[in-house]
Amino acid sequence: MTPDRPAWRHRLAERGIDRQLLLLLPALLAVLLLFIYPFGYGLGLSFQPDHGGVLGAYRDFFTDAYQRDTIGTTLRLSLPAALLNVMASVPIAYRMRGRFRGKRTLTIVLVVPITLGTVLTAEGLLNFLGPTGWFNRTLMAAGLTDTPLRLTNNYWGVFLSLVITGFPFAFLLILSYLSGIDPTLERAAATLGAGWWPRFHRITLPLLAPGLATTFCLTFVLAFSVFPSAVLVGDPAGATRVISIAAYHAAYETYDYPLASAIAVVMGAVELAVVAAVLGLRSLFYTGSTGGKG
Amino acid sequence: MTAFRQLRLDGVTRRFGDRAALSGLSLTIDRGEFIALLGPSGCGKSTALNCLAGLLPLSAGGIWQDDQRLDTLPPERRGFGMVFQSYALFPHLSVRRNVAFGLQMRRLPRADVRRRTDEAIRLVRLEEHATKLPAQLSGGQQQRVAIARAVVLEPSLVLMDEPLSNLDAKLRLEMRTEIRRLHQSLGLTTVYVTHDQEEALSMADRLVVLREGRVQQVGTPEELHTRPANRHVADFMGYRNLLPLRVTGTHGGLVAVEGPGLTLRGTPAVPLSAGDRVVAAIRPEDLRPGDDGVPVTVEVVEYQGREVAVEARTDQGVPVHVRAVDRPAPGDKITVRADPARVLVFPEEAS
Repeated sequence: MTPDRPAWRHRLAERGIDRQLLLLLPALLAVLLLFIYPFGYGLGLSFQPDHGGVLGAYRDFFTDAYQRDTIGTTLRLSLPAALLNVMASVPIAYRMRGRFRGKRTLTIVLVVPITLGTVLTAEGLLNFLGPTGWFNRTLMAAGLTDTPLRLTNNYWGVFLSLVITGFPFAFLLILSYLSGIDPTLERAAATLGAGWWPRFHRITLPLLAPGLATTFCLTFVLAFSVFPSAVLVGDPAGATRVISIAAYHAAYETYDYPLASAIAVVMGAVELAVVAAVLGLRSLFYTGSTGGKG
Repeated sequence: MTAFRQLRLDGVTRRFGDRAALSGLSLTIDRGEFIALLGPSGCGKSTALNCLAGLLPLSAGGIWQDDQRLDTLPPERRGFGMVFQSYALFPHLSVRRNVAFGLQMRRLPRADVRRRTDEAIRLVRLEEHATKLPAQLSGGQQQRVAIARAVVLEPSLVLMDEPLSNLDAKLRLEMRTEIRRLHQSLGLTTVYVTHDQEEALSMADRLVVLREGRVQQVGTPEELHTRPANRHVADFMGYRNLLPLRVTGTHGGLVAVEGPGLTLRGTPAVPLSAGDRVVAAIRPEDLRPGDDGVPVTVEVVEYQGREVAVEARTDQGVPVHVRAVDRPAPGDKITVRADPARVLVFPEEAS
């Protein structure tokens, strides 16, 4: 090597190669082995059913209404739950974007359900909202209703469970998106004569919209793969027979791995479709800098 | 436009916890005036501006526009225009829609909004950029959008919070003239916050110098430049030499002051008598090399075009800032002197 030839590392850097990125290799290998390979394996398996040719498993799934309807059942749970989580988070995060006494405590209270886990939440729901739970006993004692409201072991039980576990995620994400918006913008809008509502819907909301879309996608994906709460506080044979239950049945009760794989692939496809639709909408909004330090 | 005769600040005070960021600011602003609030960072000048805009509630005092009390109104009902240090342009709206925002908030007819928006954009010469987003503009252009957005409403008062501090030196000079030109041609009343004394002196009709939340002096640029009220204002007005000395005697209107290794004569700001501890304030340009003065040793020489700025030390180690025409070399021994009329002597405050 001649002395005035730039160093090897320097020449690599000029071509945009950073040798230190090679340190990622072990992690990439792990991802390849633990995610890409099983995924490819499952995808392959879904095209090798016992009967009906390459698409047999998919045909079984889509021609059987009992199986096919799980898509609708799951969407009916996860879309409203994700929407509610996002919509409930916006006003709360909006009020909490500034500094105030007790902010940390309030944030902890709002976020604590993340740490509870689905089973504990389900148990709590059964105790609180069940036919003999506090909620119904209070209602009946107050004379508001004669028969207990049925809020568990049906659609509402699962829905509430999804809201309790999904809200903290949505809230934390939206709070951080909101604090990424320069607060001076709203002050500027105020000096230009805008009251709180125009300030919110003409300045803050458009700047927050991309964040809302992302948050919706994440909470939706979490809710779409609901499984434990659909069994514990739902009606797993009927109203809350979600798609992951169908996959579980196929795999571990009828041992039809190709069908289970096909259901898993359908699950992924539906999620992708919803996410793609939402991100498509997102691209209609301004997605550049929002001036803050977020 | 709500035409008013006077805007009156009456003991405006703002406390943050126990600390008073602004205490007892009283000031009467006449219509058409250009007022600069001047002071180092943390002096309360931005607090004062935010109180005026309604973005900070007052802890005490009041703001009156003629007979109408303003400090109880929210910012959106005061009708003031404000230019922020960071410009605070709405990043998702084009230049045109940024400028039109305030007009739309007033629910003006669409044709009026359009006409006045066009006018304001023309005023700041951004016609070609009207459809761009703020991020596509340079700093100076963003600044002009911010100004157009504030003045398009023909506000009774325009508030500017260090609007030039994010621009480079050349652009800053241009925008300075631009802002003053707009102020004059639109007949605006302006309150301008800055920490740059040169900016304040060159633009404002009157200056308000603040320090630690208190008004130090209010006056025209000439008054502040030639007769600062105390050593802090002097410090801020470019009197870089602040020498702690002691009065040895009075001679007519002048006082003789003495310190380690130097003797001077100066003009007292307040009556002083022998033995008083004082601070003598001298601008570098008033301290010149000359015969029969204070002997000093040159340490650092900076080229500044017509002249050189020299930092030197007396034999006792007191640093002094001097201007010279000839360029001395570091280590040279020279003597410096000042016209007693240009040496201001302030009593030393107990701090």
